[in-house]
Amino acid sequence: MKLKFTPLLAGLGAAGMLLLPALAMAADEKPKLDTGDTAWMLTSTALVLMMTIPGLALFYGGMVRKKNVLATVMQSFAITCLITVLWLIVGYSLAFTSGSTIIGGLSRVFMRGLTLDGVHELAKTIPETVFMCFQLTFAIITPALIAGAFAERMKFSAMMWFMALWSLIVYAPIAHWVWGGGFLGDWGVLDFAGGTVVHINAGVAGLVCALVIGKRKGFGTDNLAPFNLVYAVIGASLLWVGWFGFNAGSAVGASGNAGMAMAVTQFATAAAALAWMFAEWVTRGKPSVLGIISGAVAGLVAITPASGFVNPMGALVIGIVAGLVCFWGATALKKAMGYDDSLDAFGVHGIGGFVGAILTGVFAVEAIGGDGKKGLIDGNAGQVLTQLWGSLVCIAWCAIATFIILKVVDALIGLRVTNEEEIEGLDINLHGETVH
Amino acid sequence: MKMIMAIFKPFKLDDVRDALTALGIQGLTVSEVKGFGRQKGQTEIYRGAEYAVSFLPKVKIEVVIDDSLVERAVETIRKAAGTGKIGDGKIFVTSIEQAIRIRTGESGTEAL
Repeated sequence: MKLKFTPLLAGLGAAGMLLLPALAMAADEKPKLDTGDTAWMLTSTALVLMMTIPGLALFYGGMVRKKNVLATVMQSFAITCLITVLWLIVGYSLAFTSGSTIIGGLSRVFMRGLTLDGVHELAKTIPETVFMCFQLTFAIITPALIAGAFAERMKFSAMMWFMALWSLIVYAPIAHWVWGGGFLGDWGVLDFAGGTVVHINAGVAGLVCALVIGKRKGFGTDNLAPFNLVYAVIGASLLWVGWFGFNAGSAVGASGNAGMAMAVTQFATAAAALAWMFAEWVTRGKPSVLGIISGAVAGLVAITPASGFVNPMGALVIGIVAGLVCFWGATALKKAMGYDDSLDAFGVHGIGGFVGAILTGVFAVEAIGGDGKKGLIDGNAGQVLTQLWGSLVCIAWCAIATFIILKVVDALIGLRVTNEEEIEGLDINLHGETVH
Repeated sequence: MKMIMAIFKPFKLDDVRDALTALGIQGLTVSEVKGFGRQKGQTEIYRGAEYAVSFLPKVKIEVVIDDSLVERAVETIRKAAGTGKIGDGKIFVTSIEQAIRIRTGESGTEAL
């Protein structure tokens, strides 16, 4: 087993390689655990954490103005820490233990009952500790993505309260509905790695945030150009690499499914990056750096729900469609609607997630996804509707709950910094620091 | 003594420096500046949001020389910095009352 998967791990850094022998020994004593699976899931967990810090932190930090770079990076970092502690207290239990089809139970509150050799029923070949940490990294990146929508104007204290409440009231139940034994999984909604749970969810929450908090001062009149797109390129590249943990890791094992998920992720991402770049080149005259990296992220988002169910040709089409539709979403749609989704959390993640969810229903084939998991091109047109209903349920709950949480936090402590703080910059006013 | 202040495109800085050195000029001061002239600005586009950038980056050199050199120096800078396109920049010439070399106390053209 170990030899078989070494090539897969070879490109993923020394950390993963170092963990391999240690785990092999540990697992020898517990024969029901698979060392290859466990090693890959440990690696995947590290990769997905890397997507948020520093990946998303740099991606977002590079796109804001110089006076708000630290505040933006701080949001990703603080969310990582906050969600981790909440996950320990109750988040994991609510999302992934058996309760009702609406919400999980309380059997893992404060990690009670988590043992060295225990396994979760969704991942029987790896320790539950690894499964729990892997899922934690998804719970971290989802709220961190929302922060792009209200960048450069939200109070840090309000952001912390909002994220804590949102994680427990929106993320935990939706993760439970789709993955943790809830009703959307029972309906047959296909979401391999989180197109609905992570991206539609974060995108819609972002849109609601942008609408409730309002536009940045100077939106539409002042120059709000990015501080340093090189940061954004580094961030997008870390997201891309980390996404192999996100998608191939969602196979929950070092398997053929993981390999195919990796392949389709790469194809869709490249196709979407080119699609956005060419669309911009044709309509705006120049192929921009921000455009090609935005397209790549759009492709990563759209292939996420499909990555365990489609073949490379399906991935190619999903990538092209996602690149074009997200380009439209982040440019024309945003302009027409007039909201200030500052870093396009909705335009890229919400719209890309929705495109991916629907196209998963089109391009899923049983040859990849296994027993009965097939879409339109494999003779199961109904899957498209199932995907649509699943997405709409998540959109509805996410939008309503996000709106209520924002209103409550606004009433209690206020969501937005003062005009003066916003104009001077969040870095100096909220954190007492500046970049060089 | 005269001071020549020339503002031109940054990528021409080395050409100008080399040409002035060939003329025997022994020192000059360079600054990175921004401004606009007939070239106006450029447009930057980020995900469809267009921003007019009204000040373009230029370099400014200041060089103080003897009156006898002024005409040749101006012509040299004009040739070295010019591209023939709009946005090439400007040259200004002003009189200088005095120059002193800090290290030795020499003054006038001796100090240049």
